[in-house]
Amino acid sequence: MAASLMDHLLTLLVVIPVAGLIPLVVFFRDARAVKQVAIVTTFIELVVSLVMLAQFHVGEAGFQLTESAAWLPSFGIRYELGVDGISVLLIPMTTLLTFISVLYSSGGAIKERIGEFMAAFLLLEVGMVGVFMALDLFLFYVFFELMLVPMYLIIGIWGGPRRVYATLKFVLFTLAGSLLMLVGIIAVYLQSGEAGDRTLSLPELLTRSDRFPPDFQFWVFLAFGLAFAIKMPMFPFHTWLPDAHVEAPTAGSIVLAGVLLKAGGYGFLRFAVPLFPIGTQAWLPILILLSVVAILYGAVVSVVQKDLKKLVAYSSVAHMGFVTLGIFVLNQQGGVGAVLQMLNHGFVTGALFLFVGIQYEKTHRRQIADLGGLANQWPLYTAFFGVFTLASLGLPGLNGFVGEFLVLLGTFKFNPVGGPGGLFWGPLAALGVILAAVYLLWMFQRVMFGTLREAYRALPDLSPLEVACAVPLLVLTVLLGVFPQPAIAIIAPSVQRALAIATHASAVVLK
Amino acid sequence: MIQDAWLIPAFPLAAFFVNVLLGRRWLKHWTGPIAALAVGASAVVAIGIFLEVRAGAERTIVPLYEFMTVGDFSVNVAALIDPLSTAMLLVVTVVSFLIHVYAIGYMAHDHGFWRFFSWFPLFVFAMLILVMADNYLVMFVGWEGVGLCSYLLIGFWFERPEPAGAAKKAFVMNRIGDWGFTIGMITTFLVFGSMNFLDVFDRVAKDPPAQGVLSLIGLAFFLGATGKSAQLPLYSWLPDAMEGPTPVSALIHAATMVTAGVYLIARSTPIYEAAGPVLAGVGGVGALTAIFAATIALVQFDIKRVMAYSTVSQLGYMFLALGVGAPIAAMFHLITHAFFKALLFLGSGSVIHGIGDVQDMRRMGGLRSKMPLTYWTMVIAGGALAALPPLAGFWSKDEILGSAFTNGYPVLWVVGVFTGGLTAFYVTRAIWLTFHGQPRDRHLFEHAHESPRVMTVPLLVLAAGSVLVGFIGFPPDHGFLHAFLGPVVEAGAAKGLRPIDTGTNWPQFLIFAAISTGVGIGGILLGLSMYARGRPDPAAVSRAAGPYYDVLTNKYYVDEMYDRRFVEVAKAVAGAAWAFDIHIIDGLVNRLGWAVKLGGSGLRRAQTGIVGNYALSVVAGLLLIMAVYGGYATGWLRR
Repeated sequence: MAASLMDHLLTLLVVIPVAGLIPLVVFFRDARAVKQVAIVTTFIELVVSLVMLAQFHVGEAGFQLTESAAWLPSFGIRYELGVDGISVLLIPMTTLLTFISVLYSSGGAIKERIGEFMAAFLLLEVGMVGVFMALDLFLFYVFFELMLVPMYLIIGIWGGPRRVYATLKFVLFTLAGSLLMLVGIIAVYLQSGEAGDRTLSLPELLTRSDRFPPDFQFWVFLAFGLAFAIKMPMFPFHTWLPDAHVEAPTAGSIVLAGVLLKAGGYGFLRFAVPLFPIGTQAWLPILILLSVVAILYGAVVSVVQKDLKKLVAYSSVAHMGFVTLGIFVLNQQGGVGAVLQMLNHGFVTGALFLFVGIQYEKTHRRQIADLGGLANQWPLYTAFFGVFTLASLGLPGLNGFVGEFLVLLGTFKFNPVGGPGGLFWGPLAALGVILAAVYLLWMFQRVMFGTLREAYRALPDLSPLEVACAVPLLVLTVLLGVFPQPAIAIIAPSVQRALAIATHASAVVLK
Repeated sequence: MIQDAWLIPAFPLAAFFVNVLLGRRWLKHWTGPIAALAVGASAVVAIGIFLEVRAGAERTIVPLYEFMTVGDFSVNVAALIDPLSTAMLLVVTVVSFLIHVYAIGYMAHDHGFWRFFSWFPLFVFAMLILVMADNYLVMFVGWEGVGLCSYLLIGFWFERPEPAGAAKKAFVMNRIGDWGFTIGMITTFLVFGSMNFLDVFDRVAKDPPAQGVLSLIGLAFFLGATGKSAQLPLYSWLPDAMEGPTPVSALIHAATMVTAGVYLIARSTPIYEAAGPVLAGVGGVGALTAIFAATIALVQFDIKRVMAYSTVSQLGYMFLALGVGAPIAAMFHLITHAFFKALLFLGSGSVIHGIGDVQDMRRMGGLRSKMPLTYWTMVIAGGALAALPPLAGFWSKDEILGSAFTNGYPVLWVVGVFTGGLTAFYVTRAIWLTFHGQPRDRHLFEHAHESPRVMTVPLLVLAAGSVLVGFIGFPPDHGFLHAFLGPVVEAGAAKGLRPIDTGTNWPQFLIFAAISTGVGIGGILLGLSMYARGRPDPAAVSRAAGPYYDVLTNKYYVDEMYDRRFVEVAKAVAGAAWAFDIHIIDGLVNRLGWAVKLGGSGLRRAQTGIVGNYALSVVAGLLLIMAVYGGYATGWLRR
């Protein structure tokens, strides 16, 4: 039994949150029981994801722990799961952030309809872990859409005053993108072989790249690319993000920024680049340009934000710019940097949203101008929030630096056939690092320093529950900053493999 | 011992963890001695390593762990122990130890005591990483780490807006420099395939790339150096940094961190020597900064600001030395300056502490009788700053000026000598206004007291250093320091490009010494003539000097110019970008959404609720798919 469970760890990760729904529904009206069920379920999920990580063979580039079964055989659609270096760290990141979100939400941040809330979260977790494991394009699409619905509910029901506008915008944007992706998936399916031999299995498709001619790749890359670009979000598809974040409850913001955005970057690296290398090349100048614009524009706009949550949201646009830049410079340093940046952004920005939420729960203010002087009142809060702020501005020694540095290194190496190269884009992108210091430190100064308002004088520092939520993120922030090599050793071979497949495939097609 | 080099940063790091975790609740005032002891332990190990290096262990790499390896890029956390890093290790640990001891007294009544003694050893740790690194990336980790600690300690009294603002200004200005460091570091890797000092310098010696490439690298690193070492145009954060507690000013903003830029360029000497004209630019910027900051120091009334501009000016001398191809002279001045400028700051701190946190020299005067120890140590330090023989500053500054002249930069020499006169003037003025004449604030004077021994003993040790440290460079050009550092920084000499001297050129040395000492004494006499006769009257001085005085008291209006040209413009750009985001991008989105809503509301009557809406989208999508695929299949969409 144990042995067979170990053979199906990835399925187990999909099943556990679903299984958690059963006791949840049974005790639906008992708030205490609901919380316990959700916490235990997400904790088991976290443990299993760590077991999965322990089972992973570091240094191997290909897919591991794979599972495959026919699902809709008449369409060649398979239930196919697997992980490699690109995804294997994103899954524990997801389960950890989900666990923290559930833990934090059970502490009183969510006051009504707790049963529905936790159910939505468990469902969301299925979608999130599924996205990072699916190796069949249709299965990926299903998980991709599965993330959308619970997030729609989480913002729409437990959100702030403008939640209806924000959810509508969020859903319309993402849905528009994912429908385009569905178009792309069907196109790939039809193109993948003769009738009866068609497939959507990624490993299989990677061996058939000769079937995707250049102009096909051009359009299909666009279809996939728009979906991922909206999810990231890349400039200029980003305006749903600040609204969604501002209205989302804290836990929603944590997983939205921490996990959902990564589905875009992950999708580029997993599917779009290796499957459509010629399409990638065709769109490359625009993608690089938009990435650098996102880095600078996101940072510049962050400077003038008055709402704390909006500031963190816009900073995410800049940080995601580093992810896409790292992916599209198409070299190993850039790719590894991009994956690390996704991972680190998950921990750090997740933590920043957690702390903005904690602060809001206490003061009921999110306008930066209404805050100030909290440092003396809340030494513990200040210490945690300070470390995450510094990690977000890319201070060496903390995790944010490693990804950004490798992306910059890859960008400097970027040497396209035509158009401006790395020595143009690199210094430009590096300017984003200066700007990050400007908007984050100015924010920190206005929120934490100065004189305390009388109204906040009685507010308590972090509770033990809040500390428990923050400590794992803090530890990872420091560890991944000081010792990034173990993570790099996991990521690098698979990134290299993806890029090598892309190079090979484009050579095959062009021949 | 060399293999134990990592103990040196380990002690302060441990002290940081102990103090930051246990300081607030439990350790409280024990945090001070813990930090000081840890740094003292580092100093002991550093001395042991120094003895070994002096005995002949010229160059050792002490690896710690693999930092990151991606493809052809690989960097380890490893220490390079050679005479250059050893010299820095000694200065950093010894001066840090003395200032830690002093700070136990200075900070005794501050409610943030534990916090101070958490950041202070953390700073030492980061500085040691910077100094020990065997490659540019790990150096950068330390480089930004000291910047962080500088930020935390400038903003130590964060309840007040000025320290908080000054802290942010320092960090952001440093980040502008760090942009240059980043570009230099990554370009170095692209050109040489490595970021390790030894690999890079080896390549430069054997197979140098084009001079233009080296110039780019050199300029980029120099931009980094101007930020960290407060040179034009990125100097203006340092005077503001005086908002931090005085021990911070002494340690970070005088003795150690601000010299990191000098160390960076001295370390990169092989690159600069091969890069050609960039080095002259470094010298020019240094000389310009030296005279620029010295003129501002002439008219400041805040005792710490005088010292801050003096530091900017003295750092300018060090860059001047680097620029004229005299890295040993630069390091020599770095070492002597660490002692006498730390002493000047700590002495100022002792005064500030003794009269109840007043920094305005217009309210001091006559304090000599109340604080004799502080007075005499300050006089020694002031003499060293004014480069009076045989104090430490004399030997190092004279060597810089001599090198400038003999290496063919007479203009820089003139600037340096003239600035020496200004230096002597402002330090005379500062000491006179503080300690001599009649007390100008009776109340303050009566309550003034000499500082406790925990503060005065470090003053005495530093005073001894300010007298004696100069002799490591004696006889001129052929002292111990020259023999010690020579093999590291003078790659040219090894290749026979540089004539190897046979001994000190005494007549030449004496002529230069006489000229600069003469100008220095002239500055002192001018200072005395203006301030020693009766009460100094700022109004009279201001009238006599006319508009020039206003320009100087307003620090050439540089801060205002930066605010107007950069800060305001940046804010306007950011505001415009946000308006663009809201009105153009989001405006378009909303209009699109509105159109969709209009179209959808017609169809929605057939559907109910969210699920239906969702299904509708799927149908619409399927139609779209069929249309697109049909278009593709019929060739309509083919490019």
